[in-house]
Amino acid sequence: MLYREAGDFKTSYGADSQTFPIRFDRMRYYAVLALAFGVVPFLINDYWANAVFVPFLIYAIAAIGLNILTGYCGQVSLGTGGFMAVGAYACYKLMTAFPEVSILIHVLLAGGVTAVVGVLFGLPSLRIKGFYLAVATLAAQFFLVWLFNKVPWFYNYSASGQITAPERTIFGIAVTGATTPAWAKYLFCLVLLFVLAWVARNLTRGAIGRKWMAIRDMDIAAEIIGVNPLTTKLSAFAVSSFFIGVAGALFFSVYLGAVEVGEAFGIQKSFLVLFMIIIGGLGSIFGSFAGAAFLVLLPVFLKNVLVGQLGWPTDLAAHIELMIVGGLIILFLIAEPHGLNQLWRVAKEKLRLWPFPH
Amino acid sequence: MKKTFAALAALAIAASTVPASADLMIPNLSYRTGPYAAGGIPYADGFNDYFTLLNERDGGIGGEKVVITECETAYNTEKGVECYEATKGNGALVYNPLSTGITYQLIPKVAADGIPLYTPGYGRTSAANGKVFEWVFNYPANYWDAASVAVKYLLEQNGGSLDGKKIALVYHNSAYGKEPIRTLTELSKKHGFTLVEVPVDHPGQEQKSQWLQIRRDKPDYVVMWGWGVMNAVAIQEAANINYPMENFIGVWWSGSENDVMPAGEGANGYKSLAMHGTGMAYPVYDDLRKFVIDAGKASGAGDQVGSVLYSRGMYAALVISEAIRKAQEIHGTAAITAAQLRDGFEALEITEARMAELGLPNFGQPFAASCEDHGGPGAAMIQQWDAASKTWSLKTGFIAPDDEVLVPLVMEDSGAFAAENNIAERCN
Amino acid sequence: MPDTFWFALEVTLNGLMAGVMYALVALGFVLIFKASGIFNYAQGVLALFAALTLVGIMEGQVPFSHLINAVFGTSLHHIGFKVPALLAILLTAGVMVILAVLVERYILKHLVNQEPIILFMATIGLAYFLEGLGDVMWGADIKTLDVGLPKGISDTIEATTYDLFGYGFFIDKLDIVAALVAALLVTTLTLFSQYSKQGRALRAVADDHQAALSVGISLRFIWVLVWSIAGIVALVAGIMWGSKSGVQFSLSLIALKALPVLMLGGFTSIPGAIVGGLIIGMGEKLFEFFIGPLVGGATENWFAYVLALVFLVFRPQGLFGERIIERV
Repeated sequence: MLYREAGDFKTSYGADSQTFPIRFDRMRYYAVLALAFGVVPFLINDYWANAVFVPFLIYAIAAIGLNILTGYCGQVSLGTGGFMAVGAYACYKLMTAFPEVSILIHVLLAGGVTAVVGVLFGLPSLRIKGFYLAVATLAAQFFLVWLFNKVPWFYNYSASGQITAPERTIFGIAVTGATTPAWAKYLFCLVLLFVLAWVARNLTRGAIGRKWMAIRDMDIAAEIIGVNPLTTKLSAFAVSSFFIGVAGALFFSVYLGAVEVGEAFGIQKSFLVLFMIIIGGLGSIFGSFAGAAFLVLLPVFLKNVLVGQLGWPTDLAAHIELMIVGGLIILFLIAEPHGLNQLWRVAKEKLRLWPFPH
Repeated sequence: MKKTFAALAALAIAASTVPASADLMIPNLSYRTGPYAAGGIPYADGFNDYFTLLNERDGGIGGEKVVITECETAYNTEKGVECYEATKGNGALVYNPLSTGITYQLIPKVAADGIPLYTPGYGRTSAANGKVFEWVFNYPANYWDAASVAVKYLLEQNGGSLDGKKIALVYHNSAYGKEPIRTLTELSKKHGFTLVEVPVDHPGQEQKSQWLQIRRDKPDYVVMWGWGVMNAVAIQEAANINYPMENFIGVWWSGSENDVMPAGEGANGYKSLAMHGTGMAYPVYDDLRKFVIDAGKASGAGDQVGSVLYSRGMYAALVISEAIRKAQEIHGTAAITAAQLRDGFEALEITEARMAELGLPNFGQPFAASCEDHGGPGAAMIQQWDAASKTWSLKTGFIAPDDEVLVPLVMEDSGAFAAENNIAERCN
Repeated sequence: MPDTFWFALEVTLNGLMAGVMYALVALGFVLIFKASGIFNYAQGVLALFAALTLVGIMEGQVPFSHLINAVFGTSLHHIGFKVPALLAILLTAGVMVILAVLVERYILKHLVNQEPIILFMATIGLAYFLEGLGDVMWGADIKTLDVGLPKGISDTIEATTYDLFGYGFFIDKLDIVAALVAALLVTTLTLFSQYSKQGRALRAVADDHQAALSVGISLRFIWVLVWSIAGIVALVAGIMWGSKSGVQFSLSLIALKALPVLMLGGFTSIPGAIVGGLIIGMGEKLFEFFIGPLVGGATENWFAYVLALVFLVFRPQGLFGERIIERV
């Protein structure tokens, strides 16, 4: 009743193959966009931008990237943190070397650099599969972090090896640096996320996305029907790394402003992003958003409730927070192993039939 | 999802907007969890307890109660940012995050928001140059001071010359651990010793190859820049290879009970720098016991009182409270703002007489800040661990660092920061 | 230069010893993977949890004291007496068995037949949970663990080798103990799986779940059994690593040291874990010594993985892994 497809007739192939074929979905999508672009920027303050929205947007980009590789192409990667570091350091080097070029171009170029590095580390995937590959990508993770920590050229020979983002503007408004207004940070990340999510959605619906999924479902069978595993796997690594590189560049330049590679892009980051896509749902763009939102919001929310509302000591709250996050992850996997995306699908199914049970 | 999000949002708003009161609000960005919890817990306890003492005994500072808002960072920069944003809107007066990583993050932010950042003995060393870093204070001593004091102590031990000696630096392979390298390189040129750099990756649970290397190279001295479990393992491994403990000197972050206790007997004789005294033999503990501990108001489990890092947290709190007093005096109001507190920090002078009055005679060095000087004199003492009695004892008085080497380094680094960020020098 | 030779030998020996320590952690992974196909990320946290529990019991700490004090305003800390090491180890082993039962009942039972990655994620959830639980139960401060194991350089070995070769070797006594314990552990495990009824059932399950079920082997019992054994192996690893560095959070990160060992040795092979550990330990130490100084040091973390990666390119299932047979 509430959510229906009846009466939604298509008269052209174009209309039939649009991203949101159901009218209600389309409306909801436009409503979310209007809210995100038209309302939130006017209400946002520093706390909401820095603690919730900006990390959410950036992690969503990274999660979409990893989802392309792991969810669509079936190659489990634990190198996300390392690839984000590539994006961050590429962005830093570009920002300081060419201060007159727009930051937007630097961020995209940083994604490009990461794509190249990603392809390089993707090569073993042609031979190694499953968990062995996951552990092999850890080699990329540890090596890249070590490299950025060790070679002073990457951090412009600063005394401590920290990199700090200088102020850069778009249309005269700062988007990096300490004086950036909250809404500018938010909008900058939002625009990038919007464009990238759109690209990802359409890539995964197209020929290349179908090849990725064929490899994921059974690589030998895919090879037999003429899917080239070399180009398919490597293209997944390239596209995925591009997204992750952009996320890393934003993470450094817009969100944190100063990073230290081992701390900001360590192995925990790789696990966190992998969590996001599994909790959100493998092989789903919506799932990437949902997973990122869940894992960014939950700790902030729990902390505010436990410390802010209940007044518990911070250490106890932090420990219990860990237990709750862990418990919820297990609970989620037991209740719905296919993630928030599947929950959403089931909910839609229920709404479609409501108020009838069948 | 939208609905749950809205519900979450409503709750989080309710949670994050604690009403700002007229009290003196001081956030304590502490870490009681994660890999560095063992160091974070005593420091946070000491910090909290001292302010509790002021509230209970004196009714606050200048009649204003101090409210501590603790926020857990787990030594993680992202959580640090969250904590900063969550607390800065409620009239936060000063930040003291006990993390070099978070400090680097906050330096541009505090300048934009106008809140002082106090980082005693850690953080960005070149922030000692007040001409560039208006909002950051790191007196009484910083990393480069520490490196220089360690070398000076070794000079004294060797009759004024380190020519031909070999010194190994075992350091935490992070921004924090790399800090002293530049200073030590300069000093090695000046005094003719060889510097061997031995990095240890986070967390430093396994250091066998590092210590085998030291066993082979047989450096005359080992200087350590460690934090967390790395300290304990390094001391254990040094004991394992029978390295003479009295030639092993840690920075002040590598010199707490946590670091030496796991090695037991083997740690006997290990030395570390100290920027303040330690132990319970100060009059302030009488009051602390009476007003805080016995009253059941101690922070945390209350089992850290008197330890090295507890003393350091207490010292940081003491300096902040003195700066608040100074600011109240300058501006003639008890309810000061963050900007007024900055003036207090800049005009702060703590004399030995004042320290004695506060119940901590011969605890810290006297210092006076100025517009240019946010770094203090930078002197430090050497303490040594006695495994039998489980106590640290001070071996020297305060040793002043070698400013001839340090000042140009500070100027160079702060100058680079000023150029990168278009900061005009103040105080002219 | 003969000195360099002796030194290389010393590094190799110490690398092998370190490898044994890695293998101790890797063993737990292998046991669980073999029996249930679960890549148990929580193994490192299990070691931390076991060590925390052991210290807590030895020191006579009141579990959850912090929580109880915060809720009821009491100030409980210790029950007032210390428990001898051996008894405490047995009690901790008991706790690990209870934990295994709980894990089976509340997690694994519900996740039968899920994809490996889902099970993997569930163990990461479990790792978070246990990390929080360990901290709430026993507190997050660093604790000294001393069950009476010898530590420090073995003077006899140094003196003997000095007499023999003119170069005194450094061998840590704790490492020797660890090697002996590892040998004992592997022997016991092998005997157990070869000759006991439960052990044979375990192997049957590892071979084929459904066939094992059809001949009347209880899968659930086997899972409890294998998680208990993994818990006890974690306890051993926790004791060894904890004696070295004290017991605190970072102990859980030793799992990361075990992963390249697993890759190299194969996820399903117990001898693989040992041999993999030895190769990784030796390789990373030698590299750190002879190449490390040229590139700035601290290479151990990534080199272990790169070494494993190189092996994998030639043998994608690890040295001792089961051959991967692919069919359409």
